[in-house]
Amino acid sequence: MSESKPIIEFKDVTFWYGQNETEPALKNINLTIHEGDYVALLGLNGAGKTTLQLCINGVVPNNILGNFEGQVIVDGKDTLETPVREMAKIVGMVFDNPEFQLSQMSVGEEIALGMESLGYSYEEMVETIDEVLDIVGLPGLTERSPFGLSGGQQQRLSIASALAMRPKILVMDEPTSNVDPIGKEEIFQVAYELNRERNMTVIMAEHEVEVMAQYATLVVVMHEGEIVLQGTPEEVFSNVDLLKSLGLRMPQVAAFGNELEKLGIMNLNGQYPVKLSQAVETYGRLFEKKAG
Amino acid sequence: MEPIIKVEDLTHIYPTGQVVAVKDISLEINPGEIVGVIGQNGSGKTTLVKHFIGLLKPTSGKVIVNGKDTAPLRVQQIAANVGYVYQNPNHQLFARTVREELAFGPRNLDLPEDEVNARVEQAVEFFHLEELLELHPYRISFPLRKLVGMASVYTMRPAVFILDEPTTGQDNITTQTVYRLIKKLRDEGSTVLCVAHDMILLAEVVDRMLVLRDGDLIMDATPREVFSDYEIMSSTHLTPPQITTLSLRLNGKFGAFDAAVLSIDEMVSEVQKFSNK
Repeated sequence: MSESKPIIEFKDVTFWYGQNETEPALKNINLTIHEGDYVALLGLNGAGKTTLQLCINGVVPNNILGNFEGQVIVDGKDTLETPVREMAKIVGMVFDNPEFQLSQMSVGEEIALGMESLGYSYEEMVETIDEVLDIVGLPGLTERSPFGLSGGQQQRLSIASALAMRPKILVMDEPTSNVDPIGKEEIFQVAYELNRERNMTVIMAEHEVEVMAQYATLVVVMHEGEIVLQGTPEEVFSNVDLLKSLGLRMPQVAAFGNELEKLGIMNLNGQYPVKLSQAVETYGRLFEKKAG
Repeated sequence: MEPIIKVEDLTHIYPTGQVVAVKDISLEINPGEIVGVIGQNGSGKTTLVKHFIGLLKPTSGKVIVNGKDTAPLRVQQIAANVGYVYQNPNHQLFARTVREELAFGPRNLDLPEDEVNARVEQAVEFFHLEELLELHPYRISFPLRKLVGMASVYTMRPAVFILDEPTTGQDNITTQTVYRLIKKLRDEGSTVLCVAHDMILLAEVVDRMLVLRDGDLIMDATPREVFSDYEIMSSTHLTPPQITTLSLRLNGKFGAFDAAVLSIDEMVSEVQKFSNK
């Protein structure tokens, strides 16, 4: 993580949605994300996660006007000086409700929509459509209606549409909140593969902390427009009291470690397992001793 | 005890197609039970529960709610006893303000105005809607709109409360409000059916789970039994809560516990039991 170069930098960013808003939606945000990071963005609804994500492709403040201070540099470009359609080649966006993003009669047209505005040739488009459908696990569905797909498939189509622009960064805002368990699995899997196999930088806002602890390289916790914690999942989820006071959950296996420590059953020095595999190993010791 | 919901050989085929949405399902739900209904989209969950409020009528078989066969009844005749909270609050809310929305149900039940107002006040307090009361429901965020949907059914105090995916899109604070609601309904003696994928809700709040797959009721058991059944879980692509999976893994390795655990508290007491052995 630290070896790769920064791809997103927030420098002292503060943003108010309107001139009359007293409270800013983002307060003094400083954040560096490296190429290939998988960033989990956590926080209550209204904490500023979506606003922060909209800064990455420049929609804030270029399309959604407001009072913007500071600087966001994405892949070397200052978002204030770069048109949003240019940013769309670098940053793909996927939102929580796939139906709001779909508008076309066929899957192929849906994917072509973004490419058309970038002046791709017909051959390039056809090739790209096949390629991105393959990546998200929907090969051969070009002619199908987007509205006949399952929620998970629709969301993967949204990802495919974003990928067609060849972005380096994929921003996902609660992409699994409106799909069933199969759909969730599919979306998390695709995001993981893009990150792992194609070094795509992923920024995902998500309430499922157990899944985020599994995949994220960097966890960013927001509260009332501010970043209050950031670090590896292990670092962030060692801040039990702070997370509790913010009303946030932590992975169950970490909360369990904290309980064991409070009861004097196991000393973990405030460092709790956050992934299942770590937990099996750590807590297995309680039983090994007994068995031995 | 007389069951509050009785389903006999229920089959439902939608008129538009040959798909059998639910197949030959029989079950009974007793008053006061908290029941989770799970399965993938298209497994028949919503089709099943919509029969309980008369939004759908059996193609064959029978659904008896509160002692009455629902087939000849209109939704309005059932609604006083059965409340249905839609997954998407936009399908449910229609009033100009949150206050009107909350008052509509009890007023429709012809309750005296001071009782209507008392119920609105209680709902406002429970769901923390104080600052939203005079707003149009569409002016508030989607997760809060969902809470308004629940609150506006709660003001009717139905004997049976059906919640369709109440926690999707909610953060931890509003999710906890939903859990508190279900526990409160339990304390007040209501029957609750909860269509849900929220595994913590299923593990920690419900008493019983109905698992559907392709229109079949494939399991009707306690959450502990369902989560321990690897075949059922993997064939329905459901992942138990992390703590439950941890207990199952540790059990596989060390034979540590008697059964899968459902919560962190249970896990702690299992460890204490084990170390005292």
